[in-house]
Amino acid sequence: MSEQWRATAPIENLRRRAEILAQIRAFFAERKVLEVETPLMTSSAVSDPYIDTIECRYHPLPRQQEQVRYLQSSPEYAMKRLLASGSGAIYQVCKAFRNGECGRRHNPEFTMLEWYRPGFDHYQLMDEVEALVGPIIGFDDFKRISYAELFRQYLQIDLQAVTVAELAAATRQHIDVQMEDDNRDNWLNLLMSHVIEPQLADQGAVFVYDYPASQAALARTALDAEGGLVACRFELFVAGVELANGYFELTDGDEQARRFQQDIQQRQTEGLPLRPTDQLLVDALQSGLPECAGVAIGLDRLVMLALGTQNISDVIALPFDRA
Amino acid sequence: MCVNFAVATDHLSLIYFEINMANYPSNQFKNGLKVMIEGDPCSMVDVEFVKPGKGQAFTRVKLKNLITGRTWERTFKSNETAEGADVMDTDMEYLYCDGEMWHFMDPQSYEQVAADKTAIGDAHLWLKEQDKCLVTLWDNNPISITPPNFVELEVVETDPGLKGDTAQGGSKPAKLQSGAVVRVPLFIEQGDILKIDTRSGDYVSRA
Repeated sequence: MSEQWRATAPIENLRRRAEILAQIRAFFAERKVLEVETPLMTSSAVSDPYIDTIECRYHPLPRQQEQVRYLQSSPEYAMKRLLASGSGAIYQVCKAFRNGECGRRHNPEFTMLEWYRPGFDHYQLMDEVEALVGPIIGFDDFKRISYAELFRQYLQIDLQAVTVAELAAATRQHIDVQMEDDNRDNWLNLLMSHVIEPQLADQGAVFVYDYPASQAALARTALDAEGGLVACRFELFVAGVELANGYFELTDGDEQARRFQQDIQQRQTEGLPLRPTDQLLVDALQSGLPECAGVAIGLDRLVMLALGTQNISDVIALPFDRA
Repeated sequence: MCVNFAVATDHLSLIYFEINMANYPSNQFKNGLKVMIEGDPCSMVDVEFVKPGKGQAFTRVKLKNLITGRTWERTFKSNETAEGADVMDTDMEYLYCDGEMWHFMDPQSYEQVAADKTAIGDAHLWLKEQDKCLVTLWDNNPISITPPNFVELEVVETDPGLKGDTAQGGSKPAKLQSGAVVRVPLFIEQGDILKIDTRSGDYVSRA
């Protein structure tokens, strides 16, 4: 008989996972952050070109009047609609779904912890992430470094001055990759994930902040100390693992609509699937989103780090190939 | 042999076709997969899916060049493919060396292949006639030979043994029938048969 039926995660790991979930809920209860739920099946999809949404089909009558729905890849849009509806501080633990993301640290269906803090900026939110994550993973030393400083320090690259061709050349020095691309961010991401991240492995917990403005996603932009335009975005890397992604949130509905349009254009240029973007989010922002910061944490990875395991199937009872 | 197998029946030849001529998309990469990279057959030693939250997906692969033995890391884009390499591992019997080539035989089909100096590498140090070896064939030509983990070989030359010295301490070189020289304890005599770990080249015990 095949062993495919069996849980991959040891039951002890699942017990620890449940304890961590309880710890998270207690953390937010104490801080008066409201637990919410938003739809998993949505009428529009995320715009990020490199996140591929999984589609499903709803039929009001069997096999008739088919409506395409999208399994959410993040609860961000819906949670912002709650914030704009007057929810105050909220958090959610939910499943998120992404096509093609399967590997040692990825499961196409994974658990996300996401929360929003009206009145916080991203620096205050980093403090709160530290307060939540530190005790769970047993770290108390969190470093903070800007994206530009990281590239200066680890690769001797000045992001203000470097050209795409120079980035490509620098990447090829470190990585054997057959890639021609004039998208600057693709080279930056490659250097970040292949060269810098592995070196962060022995740096413990590191917040990287002030991302390039071109990687703002849903964060607002601002001028940094050197006068360059940067995204008010941070990521947390623990032991070289990308764990959290946070923004001082964009509240400008028109700018949000423009960014959707940019993503659609990039998808068209690269021949990626086109899906409806979320007009309801734009409407919510136009109606008024309170100034807030928000962050998402991969819960499975948090449990992996707490348990010291290298494989996501050690902390997910029944991962994708056994689902 | 692969070809013999393929022509056995239409059904099997279809399998042969799919296994050997396929282009593998990067999401189907896995440890042990054999692919052609820049004209050389390579084996995937480690495969990792890498994707920053907002960035493109890549597959980072540690590859071993099966001809040169070199290992290195290569990163594949998610839409990249790699051509499958017609590489297979077969158990074969070592026959003899003619001074230039080492000859092996498939004990089932009696088919023979000859490995050159490059393919044989260090394996010749541990070969004894009629021992079973793992022969890696690429397009039916041997490209590497893996001797059994443990072999038994006779000592053909060593300093006289020290009688009664079976305790620890002290070692001396001993030349084996295959030509290899290994460090052995002082009590070993010429004519002794020794068990050797071929992965480390270390003496294990008297056989």
